[in-house]
Amino acid sequence: MHPSTNPLKARVQNVNFFYGTNHVVKNVSMDIEQNKITALIGPSGCGKTTLLRCFNRMHDLTPATRYEGAITLYPDNTNLIGTSVDPIEIRMRVGMVFQKPNPFPKSIFENVVYGLRVRGEKNRALLEEQAEKALRGSALWNEVKDRLGKPAYDLSGGQQQRLCIARALAVEPEILLFDEPTSALDPIATRAIEELVAEIKQRVTILIVTHNMQQAQRISDSTAFMYLGNLIEFARTEDLFHRPQNKLTADYVSGQFG
Amino acid sequence: MQFESTTTLETAEPMVTPLHAAPLLRRKRTKESIITMVLFLAAFSSVLVTAGIVGTLLVESLTFFQHIRLVDFFTDTQWTPLFSDPHYGILPLVSGTLVTTCVALAVSIPMGTAIAIFLSEYASKKWRETLKPILELLSAVPTVVYGYFALLFVSPLMQKIFPEMGMFNMLSAGIVMGIMIVPYVGSLSEDAMRAVPISLREGSYAMGSTRLQTALRVVFPSALSGISAAYVLALSRAVGETMIVAVAAGMQPNLTWNPTEPASTLTAYIVQVSLGDVPHGSIGYQTIFAAGLTLFVMTFSFNLVSFWLRRRYRQAY
Repeated sequence: MHPSTNPLKARVQNVNFFYGTNHVVKNVSMDIEQNKITALIGPSGCGKTTLLRCFNRMHDLTPATRYEGAITLYPDNTNLIGTSVDPIEIRMRVGMVFQKPNPFPKSIFENVVYGLRVRGEKNRALLEEQAEKALRGSALWNEVKDRLGKPAYDLSGGQQQRLCIARALAVEPEILLFDEPTSALDPIATRAIEELVAEIKQRVTILIVTHNMQQAQRISDSTAFMYLGNLIEFARTEDLFHRPQNKLTADYVSGQFG
Repeated sequence: MQFESTTTLETAEPMVTPLHAAPLLRRKRTKESIITMVLFLAAFSSVLVTAGIVGTLLVESLTFFQHIRLVDFFTDTQWTPLFSDPHYGILPLVSGTLVTTCVALAVSIPMGTAIAIFLSEYASKKWRETLKPILELLSAVPTVVYGYFALLFVSPLMQKIFPEMGMFNMLSAGIVMGIMIVPYVGSLSEDAMRAVPISLREGSYAMGSTRLQTALRVVFPSALSGISAAYVLALSRAVGETMIVAVAAGMQPNLTWNPTEPASTLTAYIVQVSLGDVPHGSIGYQTIFAAGLTLFVMTFSFNLVSFWLRRRYRQAY
């Protein structure tokens, strides 16, 4: 829980999360810096994806789940996991990109403007403008500008994932969550996504869950190491990998378990 | 014994077959070829039956069309084969079939789709597991019961809205036929929607969609191939349904597009003539084959359309 000098986008305070009686995230507190990339690492089942999914209330879709604590979003101090806060409103402000590219069975254009459409936007010129902006932002514009009406499934896996990023960017979220966004992609597509993530942090605060420690080192500013639902160590990425304070962290980042 | 022989063979086959295994091998090959033959015959019998039915229809219709000109068949507006002044225009039967089918689809497609969306996207597991069997029970009701339900319950009810309408009419028959088809549409559409991967739903929710937006904008279009197949099945059921229209639509051939009027359908006509005392081999008797062939061509072309639709909208997620 390193002291931050940069402005904060969100503050996680004593967050607990339960699937039924299963205590999956245990009393986690951490600060999310604005326009930075925060990585969540840890072995499978450590609760990193579960914690990530608290930020956009994806767990609300599963019955018998419960949040405790607070994730405060700045500057307006909205508690993302507050029971009185509408999850739909949260998801309009906190976007998400999934493990496997999941474009909708629609055209490339309709995929990008999906978020605007569900918000009721009908102005064609505005939709086109936002689509171009988002596709440029996700470095896909030059590849697809001549075939916006074509099905999104015609794209390659890496392109589909960048399309999903464009879809998330089109609604100008404040935080963008990435859940192992490159685990289904080849090394070249992975690199393109990593470069993209590093670039879009100018515009949006990023949280990324990754299995790949090199990836966390390459792109993130801060890294949180989780183990069995606990946040073990949270530090500048550089420090966490080279000067870990905790024995468990040291063992994990040196590849002794995981 | 059985087990041993197979294991020996499987390990022996890739290499040179040992001498003592040769009889075993031959026995296995004979057995295999018998099994293949039996399975082939089973598959082939369905082709044979289909070919037999189509053949009978064609041959018998051919006799019919030797006496009746095709032009009259398709343009005459009256179907009165058993009258002293016979007319052989199929149009009144086709119109009756189409009107009752359209009424049935107007009931079953919206209801079935709404039920599918509810069961797949809104209902909890417990609700779904209770409701779906009850829904499927609807299709266990004998059609003759539906027929009398149309005649004795729905028709009087509809007469309150259309006081001019007689007891026998296509509207009531069509509505009840639609109710009968609802389980097919609902159940099959629900299967198609539930097969849509959860990742697409999550993607939609993560964009800030409501449940309804997710259901209508993502799940429904993704499942369109399966849903359209369900609709076409409903169409085929409606076109081929016999008992309800025979009981409740009034068996008089009537070229009209007005559902409040009585009319006969292709199927109802076939039942009527089959049960009557028309002598075998007469033109009157042959008419049922002509009507049957028309019916077959109609359902066959619907199935072709469905095949095309499924290919056109198939999604590889």
